[in-house]
Amino acid sequence: MRPDLEIIQTWIRPEAHVLDLGCGDGTLLHYLQENRQATGFGLEINPDHITTCMGRGVNVIEQNLDTQGLGNFEDRSFDVVLMTQALQAVRRPDMVIEEMLRVGSEGIVTFPNFAHWRLRWGLTLSGRMPESEALPYKWYNTPNIRLCTFKDFEALCHQKGIKIRSRRVVDGQHQNSWLARIWPNLLGEIAIYRIARKEQ
Amino acid sequence: MPETLPKDSVGIVTPQAQTFAAPVTLDCGQALDQYQLVYETYGELNSDASNAVLVCHALSGHHHAAGYHSMDERKPGWWDSCIGPGKPIDTKRFFVVCPNNIGGCHGSTGPASIDPATGKPYGPDFPVVTVGDWVRTQSLLADRLGIDQWAAVVGGSLGGMQAMQWSMDYPERLRHAVIIASTPRLTAQNIAFNEVARRAITSDQEFHEGRYYEHNTLPRRGLMLARMVGHITYLSDASMGEKFGRELRDQAYKFGYDAEFQVESYLRYQGERFSESFDANTYLLMTRALDYFDPAHEYGGDLAKALAPAKCQFLVLSFSTDWRFAPARSEEMVNAMIAARKPVSYAEIDAPWGHDAFLIPTPRYTEAFTAYMDRVARESGA
Repeated sequence: MRPDLEIIQTWIRPEAHVLDLGCGDGTLLHYLQENRQATGFGLEINPDHITTCMGRGVNVIEQNLDTQGLGNFEDRSFDVVLMTQALQAVRRPDMVIEEMLRVGSEGIVTFPNFAHWRLRWGLTLSGRMPESEALPYKWYNTPNIRLCTFKDFEALCHQKGIKIRSRRVVDGQHQNSWLARIWPNLLGEIAIYRIARKEQ
Repeated sequence: MPETLPKDSVGIVTPQAQTFAAPVTLDCGQALDQYQLVYETYGELNSDASNAVLVCHALSGHHHAAGYHSMDERKPGWWDSCIGPGKPIDTKRFFVVCPNNIGGCHGSTGPASIDPATGKPYGPDFPVVTVGDWVRTQSLLADRLGIDQWAAVVGGSLGGMQAMQWSMDYPERLRHAVIIASTPRLTAQNIAFNEVARRAITSDQEFHEGRYYEHNTLPRRGLMLARMVGHITYLSDASMGEKFGRELRDQAYKFGYDAEFQVESYLRYQGERFSESFDANTYLLMTRALDYFDPAHEYGGDLAKALAPAKCQFLVLSFSTDWRFAPARSEEMVNAMIAARKPVSYAEIDAPWGHDAFLIPTPRYTEAFTAYMDRVARESGA
């Protein structure tokens, strides 16, 4: 299993009702169903991924976050809403985060850090849009249209009154190195955030 | 007519029949004292009867879903594209049952059958049956065949409604419901089209208040018109455009009202053929069953409440150009299932064929359907 998913699964309590936004081929949901007796749904738009999910017994709904949103899900109807490596690809990440915490008691979000030193260095040296293992696209064909840094994300959470319950920062190999812990916004490549609404 | 049978065909099949002597009470309050169900089966029932799949037919469908009745048959069964060895409903793994519903006109008791009380055809006296009545009689057929629980109940269009009804009426008796190109209720527009079809039939002079059998005639014109208007709603603008465009049968306009455009002669041909082979009273009854289907009705319009008893898992598929039962109707159904916390998967298949797409094996449709049914088979030990 992808190491970020490895970390996430430890945050899901048994029998949780889970919504996975951009669930891909259903690896995480399948794991949670088998090992945590979790229930729930994945949303996906890639036809091949949807077929894979159907074949492995993961409930998958074809639904586009950009055009359809999450309006069909009731308030607080899930224990956890997940979004791994998709925040940077939606048109309005701020609204998606709001919606995640409307339909779920808790959100788990992972995304690539645009302030990682290698990206900063690449931009400084070459003067061209950075590419990396986590961001392997050209500026004109990238699905990642809303790149941000850890600091940006945390500022948005602060502004929206969202509490960050945990944060794990990992490098490209998803290792939780001590350096990345000291300078996350410079040395961390991918962050895994656990967020919730602040108690009123 | 096939020269040789294709490898992925179920081959030559023979319809079977079961007679039921115990009366069944219908939703309308009337009872059918005795009736017959005609059905076909494909594949083998396994020793613990866990691999049975019920296929429910749509408006003009019947029990002949796959294979050929003889080497002389022009076309295979209506869902041959999806039922057979290696096909989505794989007959090497599943035991498939497809009945003709009561009220039908292909062998099961319907308006053209003889009413034992009078010795004459039922005609308009045949009770208006509902999707619930069909499911009830299908469950009695399952009893006869020794099937306590279906691995899956599968249907497209009106057949999908039956799959949904099964999940609510007999929650213990199916593990999966596969609902394709269907809807949780007809819209006003759908009912309007049905009404045009019915008026076409009932206003035909040969209709004789539904007693045309006794007059040795058929309301051919009315049934032909009904089928023509129905057929338009099964296709999409794009697929009709691709198939016919504005093509003329001859080179030039004739400044008359005969069938000059190819699409006109196609519709007339389809309508005429249908009017020879389908019973007008059955057509009235089937369209009424469609109109009445609305499981949310008795729950104040709350479909999630209606679905509460369901215990099966659901697969819902819709088609992008289907305007008869549009993807939005399937999404209504899916959202109710989500609200009721029922396990459901949903995909909208991009296909140009309109409502008829559920009968046509486009790659993505076949792949998704196959993947899901493969999982059903694995769970069933088939």
